[in-house]
Amino acid sequence: MDLNFSVEDVAFREEVRTFLASSLPDYLCAKMIKRLHLTKDETVHWQRILNARGWATPSWPVDCGGQSWSPSQRYIFQEEMALAHAPETQPFNVNMIGPILAKFGTDEQKAKFLRSTANLDIWWCQGFSEPGAGSDLASLKTSAVRDGNHYLINGQKIWTTQAQNADWMFALVRTDSSGRKQEGISFLLIDMTTHGITVRPIETIDGGHDANEVFFDDVRVPTANLIGEEGKGWTYAKHLLGNERSGIARIGLSKERLKQLRSLEHELSASGQLDERETVGLKRKLAEVEVQLRALELTQLRVVSADAHGANAGAAASILKIKGTELQQRMTELVLELAGPEGLALAVDDHTDGSGGWQNPAAQFYFTMRKVSIFGGSNEIQKNIIAKTMLGL
Amino acid sequence: MDFELSEEQRLLKDSVDRLIAKEYRFERRLDFLRRSEGWSRQTWQGFAEMGLLALPFAEEHGGFGSGGVETMLVMEAFGRGLVVEPYLSTVILAGGTIRHSGASGRMAETVERIIAGEHLMALAHNEKGGPRHSLEPQTRAKRSGACWTLTGSKIAVLHGATADELVVSATTDTGSALFLVPAEAEGISVSPQKGYDGVPLAEVTLEGVSVQTEFVLCEPGMGEKVLAHVIAEANAALCAEAVGIMGDVFDTTCEYLLTRTQFGVPIGSFQALQHQAADMLIELELSRSMAILAALSIDSEPPVRERNVSAAKAQIGRSGRLIGQRAIQLHGAIGITEEYKVGHSFKRLTAIDAMFGNADWHIDAIVEAGGLYTA
Repeated sequence: MDLNFSVEDVAFREEVRTFLASSLPDYLCAKMIKRLHLTKDETVHWQRILNARGWATPSWPVDCGGQSWSPSQRYIFQEEMALAHAPETQPFNVNMIGPILAKFGTDEQKAKFLRSTANLDIWWCQGFSEPGAGSDLASLKTSAVRDGNHYLINGQKIWTTQAQNADWMFALVRTDSSGRKQEGISFLLIDMTTHGITVRPIETIDGGHDANEVFFDDVRVPTANLIGEEGKGWTYAKHLLGNERSGIARIGLSKERLKQLRSLEHELSASGQLDERETVGLKRKLAEVEVQLRALELTQLRVVSADAHGANAGAAASILKIKGTELQQRMTELVLELAGPEGLALAVDDHTDGSGGWQNPAAQFYFTMRKVSIFGGSNEIQKNIIAKTMLGL
Repeated sequence: MDFELSEEQRLLKDSVDRLIAKEYRFERRLDFLRRSEGWSRQTWQGFAEMGLLALPFAEEHGGFGSGGVETMLVMEAFGRGLVVEPYLSTVILAGGTIRHSGASGRMAETVERIIAGEHLMALAHNEKGGPRHSLEPQTRAKRSGACWTLTGSKIAVLHGATADELVVSATTDTGSALFLVPAEAEGISVSPQKGYDGVPLAEVTLEGVSVQTEFVLCEPGMGEKVLAHVIAEANAALCAEAVGIMGDVFDTTCEYLLTRTQFGVPIGSFQALQHQAADMLIELELSRSMAILAALSIDSEPPVRERNVSAAKAQIGRSGRLIGQRAIQLHGAIGITEEYKVGHSFKRLTAIDAMFGNADWHIDAIVEAGGLYTA
């Protein structure tokens, strides 16, 4: 047993650090520190810088543009990205459709999409959830009826993140309603400019516009856009669950936020904005958070180590997701608490301007982060998965 | 970065796990508890034969010179069995004071006898009335010529009544020191007690106990440093023991959820109970991570060691409480019966949190150290 990273890993960390120090544009770093939303162009800009270095899609297979990194290198990369305040890569492109295309796509699909997906020349959104299909995703109803060499799509998706910016959607659609609900689902790639698609914004409590409803009214999609076999979409989607476990707890992100909390604590107590009583209470809360973060970090590293040895880590992905999101949420609570009455006013500038203080985005960030325990399989669904793993019921 | 055990560590783990599973079934433990000493000397000899008592001692004293990971493996197995033999008191605590006092060849014979299972020791350090976690005891040691005189009283001395020799902490004019005191020394009185967790305790009163200078284990002024190190090791060991207990409690609870039926189905099919059990597994895994951190930190420099051990003890105090309470709740009334193991595990977890600083105390220790993550 050894908590120290190997010489190779330390050298790798240095390489990543050096790259980020020289390549991450200052304006992006500044916005990230202030927790401001990035525009589409900004996300694209950064991902192309990463992609030029070959690091936008490290978890993809090497022949599809990935890196042959070890689990610990993947962990280090994510941690360093977060600590440097680098924006994350576009998750739907990088973590979802990319790996699906690489594993299940046809040669034509790979040739058509992989490079542009990595370079963010095309922006993907995910069409999974529906009004009647959230946690019970397999009950989705959006129908795809075969019509010659096309599918005719009718139905509705909801909570579609960044659909307003998306060029393409990968969607789960129902091609058969006769058997088990999981069996009639197909995985389809849909051009968002196709006639019959309507995107409607959903305003969320953080004042942002990330989520959308997407309506399909006789939308014609070529059968060539089907991933794999018709009716096997559920299997392909499940492939994404627990697929990439080296970064699931988002340790780097939480470490970076902890640093912010620590510096706010120093600043506010030194300037007398927090009295002694408040400072004592805050320091205890921070120590509690630190203990939880350390425990989670080591648990994540145990999973990374087990993966490197090819061991089965059981319900690890669910454990990491639950504790990781709880901790991320806890930190946004603490920042908002620290903002006190100064955090009450909405930021006057919109999300794209970094001129305000840290207090105003605190509330938005707190409200925004409520979603992390809901999406990607709610924490209650994760507990169901854990229970199933341990009880088999 | 690697969490795999070495081949030797794996062998050690397998053999201790087997020993506990075979020799330390719950019914036997209940039998041990009913005996006058409250534990089994035969089992202790078994530990000696297996070399467990030799693990942390230096090779030149006949030990194996093992580190925190080996102790962790042993303590985790002991936790599963709820072992009540004096391993913590003799090998970790009193043995630790010998190891870290830089005791010369004179102690070699004592160590040999500990390793052979022939010599039992206890650390008499806790007191009441003063600051609870002070490393400067109220017990006083005064020197006159070649003799020290100890006066004071100690509480919660683990396995104090069966110890052949005590290590007594006392404050001198020039700082804390540690003294070796035979159990039958004149002026010492030992009154046995039973801990609620089954572990025997004692109150020890020292009224002008005379100690020759050659029995000063740790010179005045060095006591605090040695005690701090030993207590850190004890906390790391207790964290590992707690993880063993939590693992056992978790397994037992899962089994119960699958076998107990109500409303015509196993109660484990109810989501309200499933989610509580899932929480238990989460806490168990986080605790295991922190017990590993503590085990790997005990030989680090004091600031790192103290911070990491505090973090582990805080995590395990909180998790132990959650797992213990949930386990009893999920078992229902059977969980609070004396004949069922889960209640005993719960009691031991409760005691572990209370020893050498509970979760809150260690959180404050981290605050005092300026935080766990430092630049």
